Amino acid sequence: MELILDIASGALLAVGSFFILVGTLGLVRLPDFYTRLHAAGITDTLGAELVLIAMMLQAGFSLITVKLIIISMFIFFTSPTATHAVANAARTMGLRPALVPESDIQPPSGIGEGKR
Amino acid sequence: MFIGATAALLVAMLLALVRAFAGPSLFDRVLAVNSFGTKTVLLIGLLGFLTERPEFLDIALLYALVNFIGTIAVLKFFRYRNLGLSSAEVARREEAE
Repeated sequence: MELILDIASGALLAVGSFFILVGTLGLVRLPDFYTRLHAAGITDTLGAELVLIAMMLQAGFSLITVKLIIISMFIFFTSPTATHAVANAARTMGLRPALVPESDIQPPSGIGEGKR
Repeated sequence: MFIGATAALLVAMLLALVRAFAGPSLFDRVLAVNSFGTKTVLLIGLLGFLTERPEFLDIALLYALVNFIGTIAVLKFFRYRNLGLSSAEVARREEAE
């Protein structure tokens, strides 16, 4: 049983580390801000959750697991909120996507209305 | 096993710092710092397991809270140039835009 848990948590740690590295590589390499948002999302949800679940398997049924669950729920809800806030601020301040041709971009009127 | 994950996390944090310094726009920097903070939470947790002191998880939880509030506060500051605005004042400025 101990061995199975060790193997499972090791695999989850490996996969989680892989996703964290891939997401951060995307954060560095992707061409403009809105694509980098997408890469940061991989790190924040999939990578972080997998690493936290691997730690839960190591901890077993204890107070440590409860704390880990609290941390993972918190990250799961706040990181999309923070990403949305950053994207919303960038759009409101008029940052344009780099790879979209100028003719395809909607004019930024109507952003402030009907939203809140 | 935890050592490998910690090493991968440190490399990822270095890359996020590269983006935070190089980022052409303000929002790139905010995004990179937010991502760096999430990775810091994971790093503190992993270090707690590595040194067999799981009390580190309390610090990780606190860091997650501070990271989220900090990101929202920085964004609010750059939008209104003031952190102490009441919600009525924010609504009035929204109307003025």
